Amino acid sequence: MLAIFEIGLGHYLTLAAVLFTIGVFGIFLNRKNVIIILMSIELMLLAVNINLVSFSAFLHDLVGQVFAMFVLTVAAGEAAIGLAILVVYFRNRGTIEVEDINLMKG
Amino acid sequence: MILQGLTFYVFAAIAVGAGVMVVSARNPVHSVLFLILAFFTSAGLFVLIGVEFLAMVLVVVYVGAVAVLFLFVVMMLDINFVELREGFLQYMPIGALLGIILLVELLLVLGTASVEPEAMPIGTEPIPALSERHNTAALGDVLYTKYIYLFQAAGMILLIAMVGAIVLTHRRRPNVRKQVIAKQLARRRDEAVELKKVQPGQGV
Repeated sequence: MLAIFEIGLGHYLTLAAVLFTIGVFGIFLNRKNVIIILMSIELMLLAVNINLVSFSAFLHDLVGQVFAMFVLTVAAGEAAIGLAILVVYFRNRGTIEVEDINLMKG
Repeated sequence: MILQGLTFYVFAAIAVGAGVMVVSARNPVHSVLFLILAFFTSAGLFVLIGVEFLAMVLVVVYVGAVAVLFLFVVMMLDINFVELREGFLQYMPIGALLGIILLVELLLVLGTASVEPEAMPIGTEPIPALSERHNTAALGDVLYTKYIYLFQAAGMILLIAMVGAIVLTHRRRPNVRKQVIAKQLARRRDEAVELKKVQPGQGV
């Protein structure tokens, strides 16, 4: 009974796996809404961060936390650029449907 | 020990539930709010394993900046979200199939993987005991010495992202009347005022 309350590396990795799967699922589910797709990507990056941090904490190595910080940096930049592109796209086309974005298809 | 385990389970359940709501909420504003909840609970989970600095960074960066950015965009763009939800159920089966396959794969990998006990002491930057040096200071010791160039590169990435976002969204409007101080200062009395002698009863 008490064994399940011993939190180990596996618990955190399982949580991260579930969150990552939810992120992938969200991309498939909301094929038209770019905002939700961006949020799903944020969710997946959060899962990656949980992985890095839990490995770092349970293996007693600080480098994982340093790397998680860099992932955070890139995630913030990606969100800013993605939303900026979204705003410009909406200004030009009046919609954000992903399926309409095919002008460069040739 | 029991308290820690219980906290983990509660926080993990909230995080997973919030994640599900992010992808399935009807209103994107609710999605953003659930994203904030997911990040908050993840920060709690980070604190639980002693990763305090990253937990605070997660709250500051994500809840304070990224989520607010999302909220701004969601609320400022006039989007018909009902239209965007068409085909929601159409993609459900294939999404669920792929999701389940991915989850099973990940769990299979995790179930069979094990950490070599001899690999534990080889860590390049061992975490000092919390009584000697707390997490923030220990992270700073590593980040500002060994990873200083990567740290600077991360700063450059943020700068480029900022400049890029401004360049993308900034627009020049041609017919807007703005204050031009140079023009105001260049005005002289004889250009601005013209004296006319008006005869009585005639007008200008």
